[in-house]
Amino acid sequence: MSQNRYDAIVIGGGHNGLVNAAYLARAGRKVVVLERRHLLGGAAVSEQVFPGFTFSVFSYVVSLLRPEIIRELELPKHGMQILPLESTVTPLSDGDYLAMWGDADLTRRELYRHSPLDAEAFVEFGRLMSLMARAVKPIVGMIPPDPTSLAPSDLRGLMKLGGHLKSLGAEQFHALWKLMTMSSSDYLDEWFEFGPLKATKSASGIIGTFMGPRSPGSAYVLLHHYMGEIDGAYRAWGFCKGGNGTISNAIAAAARARGAVLRTEAPVKQLLVKGGRAMGVVLESGEELRAPIVVSGLDARRTYLELVDPRELPGDLVEQVRRFRFRGSSGKVNLALSELPDFSCMPGVGVHHKGAFSISPSVDYLERAYDEAKYGEFSRRPYMDIVFPSMIDPGMAPPGRHVASIFVQYCPYRLNGGWTPARREAFGDAVIDTLAEYAPNLKRAILHRQVLTPADIEEKIGLSEGNIFQGELALQQLFFLRPAARWASYRTPIAGYYQCGASTHPGGGVMGAAGRLAAQRILADA
Amino acid sequence: MRVPHRLKTTPFYARTAPLMQGQNWRRWAGYAAASCYEFTHDREYAAVRNAAALFDVTPLHKYLVSGRDATRLLDRVVTRNVPKTQPHQVIYMGWCDARGKLIDDGTITRLGEQAYRMTSAEPNLRWLHRNAWGMEVRIEEVSERLGALALQGPLARDVLNAAAAEPVDGLKYFRMMDNRIAGVAIQISRTGYTGDLGYELWVPEEGALAVWDAVVAAGRDYGLMPAGIWALDVARIEAGLVMLDVDYHSAHRAMIEAQKSSPFELSLDWSVTLDKAPFNGRRALVAEKARGPAWRFVGIEVDWNSFERLYQDADLTPCLPMIAWRASVPLYRGGRQVGYASSGVWSPLLKKYLALAHVEAPHFAPDTPVEIEMTVEHRRLRANAWVRKLPFFDPPRKKA
Repeated sequence: MSQNRYDAIVIGGGHNGLVNAAYLARAGRKVVVLERRHLLGGAAVSEQVFPGFTFSVFSYVVSLLRPEIIRELELPKHGMQILPLESTVTPLSDGDYLAMWGDADLTRRELYRHSPLDAEAFVEFGRLMSLMARAVKPIVGMIPPDPTSLAPSDLRGLMKLGGHLKSLGAEQFHALWKLMTMSSSDYLDEWFEFGPLKATKSASGIIGTFMGPRSPGSAYVLLHHYMGEIDGAYRAWGFCKGGNGTISNAIAAAARARGAVLRTEAPVKQLLVKGGRAMGVVLESGEELRAPIVVSGLDARRTYLELVDPRELPGDLVEQVRRFRFRGSSGKVNLALSELPDFSCMPGVGVHHKGAFSISPSVDYLERAYDEAKYGEFSRRPYMDIVFPSMIDPGMAPPGRHVASIFVQYCPYRLNGGWTPARREAFGDAVIDTLAEYAPNLKRAILHRQVLTPADIEEKIGLSEGNIFQGELALQQLFFLRPAARWASYRTPIAGYYQCGASTHPGGGVMGAAGRLAAQRILADA
Repeated sequence: MRVPHRLKTTPFYARTAPLMQGQNWRRWAGYAAASCYEFTHDREYAAVRNAAALFDVTPLHKYLVSGRDATRLLDRVVTRNVPKTQPHQVIYMGWCDARGKLIDDGTITRLGEQAYRMTSAEPNLRWLHRNAWGMEVRIEEVSERLGALALQGPLARDVLNAAAAEPVDGLKYFRMMDNRIAGVAIQISRTGYTGDLGYELWVPEEGALAVWDAVVAAGRDYGLMPAGIWALDVARIEAGLVMLDVDYHSAHRAMIEAQKSSPFELSLDWSVTLDKAPFNGRRALVAEKARGPAWRFVGIEVDWNSFERLYQDADLTPCLPMIAWRASVPLYRGGRQVGYASSGVWSPLLKKYLALAHVEAPHFAPDTPVEIEMTVEHRRLRANAWVRKLPFFDPPRKKA
């Protein structure tokens, strides 16, 4: 019986659950992580979907992972290696392209070709956004205080927050205000004139949300994607060698090295509660594990409405969680390729294949793609963010062969008539047909394809409605409202029961911040 | 690819590339620019002060501003009185943001009644556009189309007289003339970045090689040498000329307030005319002038004896920086840091170790003794130095 007793049980072996377990183990706690699937990582997994071809099946790039986690958990020592993913190329409808390269001079020269004014604005925009990322960094790194509470810890947090906002100065404060209230398209209109540039930038504002680039609030999502920091540089995106599963494996190794027990194929059925206190969990198998602390890395819906009998919770919290918006809007197409797509706008194989391709020729294009989703259809001509991991890490595919990772929006969870295998393949066809317009050899290059809709994402890795952020990064679901008012500080109304997933502040994107902050909360409460 | 993955090259590249002995290329505004053509820059620098040197300064940003409101626009942007400039006059100045902090510095040449050419170190097209709202003005970037050569040194006039269709004897300091070299219509301004007698040649791209060849041929009898940035850097420090991104940061690029500088803080007072029509930063500059600047940009001369002693103590002979350094080096007075040097070099002409520095009030008065940090054999030490008035070198021939 004693081997079933722990100091803490973490439900869900996603990256946040693993981070949380690693920090608890680091503080000397006896921790077990329980993962439903046969492998750890949740949405950050690498799998050989087709023999010889490895995919970051769901999340596929890295930027937002907090540098303090990399440092404190010594992730490089545990196998994580970040490779540069420097460029973004947007094929245009007239056969030309727009490129943003890793080098400032090269990017300037390229942007200048399209708009001399934008070439300059680009540098100043980058400066302001990195100031913004720095401005929100302390907010991202803090346990959200409750602004309606008079508790000393909340007041301290609010004072700290107020002092920080005051220190920003007018230019930054006003920019932050705009980013919190505007649409990404409107915000970018203030900076740029070249449509495809605005479209490609605004695409960062729609990722993972059921909003169009013209929806207010999307500017915040844009900022969210600028918060990433690699080697001290904001807005740096990278590719993890071996795929994003390597990140999870490195965190898992860090947790294991500190004594955490990591169990796979151990689906949790329910939280054990007695007298309003968490006592442990019972697995689907009937096995019971005991611990005074149980942490859920699952999304808010599963954390509150599935693992727990709602009668254990205040009615208003149940109501808030029921209203918490998931509305998965993204799909993924993973391709095994016999050859690289040959883009008509940039013929041949080259350095451009080592960066991203963005199918975002205009803001109208993105907004139209959204329109279809708004009325329950997938976009016939969707937004796509495409990378070729085998061009960055040759180990991802057999020599001479390649893999492509295609992030697609919009692909609504609630499709008219519901998702069926045939509809899924029709969605996959729309993606391939659209991309083939830019790279005519694509269809003959495809050896295998895997199509994932939000319904598939939900079914495979448990993210409700397939939302990649465990709930939209909408303003009414951020900070002290994530996932619910009064319950944004990683605690739940059940004593000893905590939440640590991306449904909590500061949200998703393989940041790990929620897992770390939750561990801080748990350790401070003990 | 429509934009090759290469640095840009200037219209003179076909001539400069074969001169390059040590592959000493560097970046300048997205162009490949020569640090020096020979293996070291000694002779290239000597040519600046002894004969004549030819620099390819095409990477400067260049804008043509014309139209009914051209004068109004520029007068609103820069700190000097543009309406008062004469046709064919050149003025040097900076331009500020609304808080009176410098964005960039450069020259404006009045080409006609309502036609100007503006040069800058960084791109400023967007800033000009943002200030031109509601004005009838045409702003055209000619950076790539217009090659630029700087012909600098005591014999520069002789070289030009030998090369150009019209003599340049009558061309006064900071004036411009139309001329022809090798049949190519060019403009020659008596300007430069060396603090010496010198000219800048504004050459249409298509005539670039012909002009280069003619100038080089004419210069053969006068010891003319093509020269790179290393030589230019020594000369501009001797001349006390400030450099963007080295000695100061643009208000548009600075990440914090403390990284910004006003024209007063850069000792460019002479280029600020407060009693003219309203211009960007005027209000802040008026207030700053009233209270006095918190910083000044000054010369620093290192005390040789003190400098030598630091090396003697380590059993070494002094190691002189022949290539100018571009770094932030602390300055102290009375044990407290009172500023920082931003560039420094050994002056082979003046036989002095010189630096350009930002010094806080009240330590910036000429001849104030300070200490400058030096690293000698891995140890951070301090040498005695003095604040000096700029420029260090100002020969009569510059304006004569």
